[in-house]
Amino acid sequence: MMQSRYLPLIATALIFVIAYALCYLQYPNILSTRVVGNLFTDNAFLGIAAVGMTFVIISGGIDLSIGSVIAFTGVFIAAMLANTSLHPLLVFGLALTISASFGAMMGGIIHYLQMPPFVVTLAGMFLARGMALVISTESIPVKHEFYTFIQESFYRLPGGGRITTIGALMLIVFIVGILLAHRTKFGANVFALGGGIQTSKLMGVPLASTTIGIYAISGFLAGLAGITFSLYTSAGYSLAAVGVELDAIAAVVIGGALLTGGSGFIAGTLIGVLIMGLIQTYIIFDGTLSSWWTKIVIGILLFVFIIMQKGFLLAASAPKK
Amino acid sequence: MLNSSLLVATNIDKNFPGVKALSQVNFTLQAGQIHALLGENGAGKSTLIKCLTGAYRRDGGDILLLGKNINPKDTLDAQKLGIGTVYQEVNLLGNLSVAENMMIGRQPMRWGMINVKEMNRYSKALLSQYGLEIDTSLLLSSYSIGVQQIIAIARAVDLSGKVLILDEPTASLDSAEVKMLFGILRKLKDRGLGIVFISHFLDQVFDISDQITVLRNGQLIESVATDEIDSIDLVTMMLGYELGEENKTKHYNHSQGEPLLSFTDFGKRQKINPFNLNIAKGEVVGIAGLLGSGRTETAETLFGVTAHDSGVAKLQDKVIDLSTPRAAIANRFGFCPEDRKNDGIIGDLSVRENIILALQAQRGWAKPLPLSEQKKLCEHYIKALDIRPTDPEKPIRLLSGGNQQKVILARWLATNPQFLILDEPTRGIDVGAHAEIIRLIESLCDKGMSLLVISSELDELVAYSHRVIVVREHQHVAEIIGADISTDNIINAIAANSVEPEYVLKGAI
Amino acid sequence: MNSLKRLAPQLITLAVIILLNYLVFPDFFNIKIANGKFYGSLIDVLNRGAPVALLAIGMTLVIATKGIDLSVGAMMAICGAVAASTVDSGGSVYLALSLALLAGVICGAWNGVLVAFLNIQPIISTLILMVAGRGIAQLITKGAILTFTDPGLIFIGSGSVFSIPTPILIWIFAGISVTFIVRKTALGMLIEAIGINQRASSFSGINARVLLIMVYVVSGLCAAMAGTIAAADIRGADANNSGLWLELDAILAVVIGGTSLLGGRFTLIGSLIGAMIIQSINTGILLSGFPPEFNLIIKAAIIVIVLIIQSPALKAHYQTYRDTKKPPEPAPAPSSRTTS
Repeated sequence: MMQSRYLPLIATALIFVIAYALCYLQYPNILSTRVVGNLFTDNAFLGIAAVGMTFVIISGGIDLSIGSVIAFTGVFIAAMLANTSLHPLLVFGLALTISASFGAMMGGIIHYLQMPPFVVTLAGMFLARGMALVISTESIPVKHEFYTFIQESFYRLPGGGRITTIGALMLIVFIVGILLAHRTKFGANVFALGGGIQTSKLMGVPLASTTIGIYAISGFLAGLAGITFSLYTSAGYSLAAVGVELDAIAAVVIGGALLTGGSGFIAGTLIGVLIMGLIQTYIIFDGTLSSWWTKIVIGILLFVFIIMQKGFLLAASAPKK
Repeated sequence: MLNSSLLVATNIDKNFPGVKALSQVNFTLQAGQIHALLGENGAGKSTLIKCLTGAYRRDGGDILLLGKNINPKDTLDAQKLGIGTVYQEVNLLGNLSVAENMMIGRQPMRWGMINVKEMNRYSKALLSQYGLEIDTSLLLSSYSIGVQQIIAIARAVDLSGKVLILDEPTASLDSAEVKMLFGILRKLKDRGLGIVFISHFLDQVFDISDQITVLRNGQLIESVATDEIDSIDLVTMMLGYELGEENKTKHYNHSQGEPLLSFTDFGKRQKINPFNLNIAKGEVVGIAGLLGSGRTETAETLFGVTAHDSGVAKLQDKVIDLSTPRAAIANRFGFCPEDRKNDGIIGDLSVRENIILALQAQRGWAKPLPLSEQKKLCEHYIKALDIRPTDPEKPIRLLSGGNQQKVILARWLATNPQFLILDEPTRGIDVGAHAEIIRLIESLCDKGMSLLVISSELDELVAYSHRVIVVREHQHVAEIIGADISTDNIINAIAANSVEPEYVLKGAI
Repeated sequence: MNSLKRLAPQLITLAVIILLNYLVFPDFFNIKIANGKFYGSLIDVLNRGAPVALLAIGMTLVIATKGIDLSVGAMMAICGAVAASTVDSGGSVYLALSLALLAGVICGAWNGVLVAFLNIQPIISTLILMVAGRGIAQLITKGAILTFTDPGLIFIGSGSVFSIPTPILIWIFAGISVTFIVRKTALGMLIEAIGINQRASSFSGINARVLLIMVYVVSGLCAAMAGTIAAADIRGADANNSGLWLELDAILAVVIGGTSLLGGRFTLIGSLIGAMIIQSINTGILLSGFPPEFNLIIKAAIIVIVLIIQSPALKAHYQTYRDTKKPPEPAPAPSSRTTS
């Protein structure tokens, strides 16, 4: 029997396939491995951050700080590499530790002080952006042979396309995310939290460690997205990645998650990210459309998905027994 | 002698600031026993339960489980010790699969990951012991409340295994589900579990329990074997005084004049099949039926909560619109819903604001009721309905269930309705307030108001109804009038098994 | 008297922050008149705080219904763009204002319809316009910053009446009139009722849909005024940056002001004080000569402190502390933490 809870995921996949087919009819090039490879590379940082956001949203929370954390990580890495002789991998480790602790701290405040995630991560957003600004208000370029090495290592696809390191990293993050969400106790606890905090507590779900874990993961992945962004742009800029949290939320919702929590798919988020990337690619192919159409189309897509979920929910709440 | 005692609580004290909630209460549960815990609201039964399960810290006394002193620090701790609790509202998660609900926190692992197949198999096997053959990989929310209740019990027994505490488990079940539940309880009892059973339904208590313990005002009144006591004695113990008139049946001989309201082929698909109903001025029409039979659906369709999709409603021969609650209220309807907390009260608003709410909504936002008039109204109803506490500025959520019910009644009385629908007006409220509400129903109808009252307490229906409509499987199946009204007749009509509806309209229409 | 007591924490916070401002910048209270207009730091707080104060008015009502309006910043951009493009193409200032307000009403009505008729959660409903709104604004300005020189429109942003800067007059007037309308009619109570329990409110005959649409339209109108002021202030409509992140400031103003994000009881005056608290912080950081890089950090720190003081967990602790001294009230139903 087809389980109705997978309907949103199937719908997302279907829309992606149809949209891609329509784009293909107009611009056959869009299916070339080159374009597909770029789709992964260009959206790697968004995809990685969106995995963290998926966990947060499934748990019924929200994390507004990820754009700022990406910017902070980028600036931090650039500044460290410019002013010290530490190896980038060591700096990456430091950056991830900071971003994960930052997320854990927000989770702790949310849990122990019972404050709405919306407000706590909002303060986190200001804080992380502020820290980035304090390190540097200017964009800091990164020049390091390790960066060049990473940027030049890729897997060549037939047809000239490339799976870059960061593109591959995103795919790995998604696979790990899927396993973590659907095949571990932690993942089950995340879904439980989204279903109801009081009930979860009565059922013995460890609220504190789960809540802190969720935001730590989101912070960690935002940090990893910051590293990816840094590799992608070879620079750190404190005003970068403004509004990425919105794109991530949109990708998660388009991916079939309920913003109310309790239901969602990591794999759906990947499709959500790809749909958003596809829109941008189409606009570039077209050449005459302005970039602001991206926002409008994403808004329309959000609307369509939200209405569709409403329909699924109505269908699901039909008399049962 | 104490050897067979599973759980012994002695001299339990629990104080809340200013209140002695439990005073020197003793409670003994044997293995293989179903022990009913009874008492009015505020008698201390939930406090006692909470002390046993660690939700509260007791202030004095000892709890012995199998002869060993225990001090559970929270419900999880109690569960580990062997005491499991299942609440009236199923405390499981609808967005997880049945298997995940049963196994959360102890999922079988393989290679560091959850073995979903094994988890589904184990939970399915476990549930089949309870006579449930269901697909445990589906979401819990895809099953009915009754099935969810059984899943919750299976989970609690699997986790704790010695003592099972059931807090009003039957409140949202229909009779078939209750029967199934009781079958399971008897099996668990045979397995040697001790079961504590809390219920408002005395007949269920007599049906299932071996021992009854009655609390009143935080004190132990008595603990007796079920077969050594009858219901009159039990009620006497619970109340501390004899039930008066309310237990007797009064047969009205209401002369049905011109109908005030007439509904023809009135219905809503999937909720309630089209029915015909006439209600005269000053008449009380009772609705009897099991949960889910379509009785609440009848009320909600009449009041426009779910708009009807067939038939017409006429008020003194004039067709009226009943598509929304607002439209119904415009025709001077009122509706006290069954689910008081979610559909009735506005918790954070004061008693005063709750009373004037419907009247104000009727007047529209632009024409506020002057404060002096609001106060006068509140004073009147607080006195007339004996609402306590009497402070109208207190948030309504702080009131007891019975007093909340009275405030909602006052809300409607303030709009001066000609037709009032009461859905389970006495559910979940203490016996004292219970009797007052029944008296109120009678006095309203004496004053010429027409009422439609839904109740699962048949005695009550018999006491005040001029006519009883029996609902079964979304269909009005029988109508019992005047002198024919008796619990026996109602039960027969509910239980009748005819495939074809025997829709007999007796009497004048 | 009673409401003064309820707003005491907010008033004390505001006083402390203003005092801190005075300590780092002794000229803080100096007000002088130049070019027929009041000048001074205090005036600056009131003036610069206008957009957030206006947004907070609409946001308070929306939050009282258990909603949230994430789109106010984007609506500001749209309405500012509409006003600018109207005068740009030769329309009068009155036409520009009317069209901007109309745009606000339309945006608000869109949000309201999604919430009230399609029963979509407010945070989701308004997310759509938050995402798409700036795209729409850019569509109107054709991607550029649309500058204008119409003196009438500029007056809204930097003019003055009786020496008082226009933005101050606008938000104070809006605050007073909305408070008056809401409290002198039954609107306030009905809004609170649907915020606390919408289903029960509908059963009592309250027309929740109309009220919901109304509050989102008010929010749109407030955003339109704020957007026009913001555009008039810089003499141009900047679709990318006008009102950017102001929805967050507005929500903070409401929360700091003492209205719960869970809906129900609300206080407009509290929210306006909240808006002034936020603006005092901004101005104070500027005046103190702190490097502006620290703005966000200090703001975040102050938000955290204010919110921790108001945290329900701490309140519960305080409650139990008080309860041990006072006879108890019947235990309220356990309130579950809901996520917004």
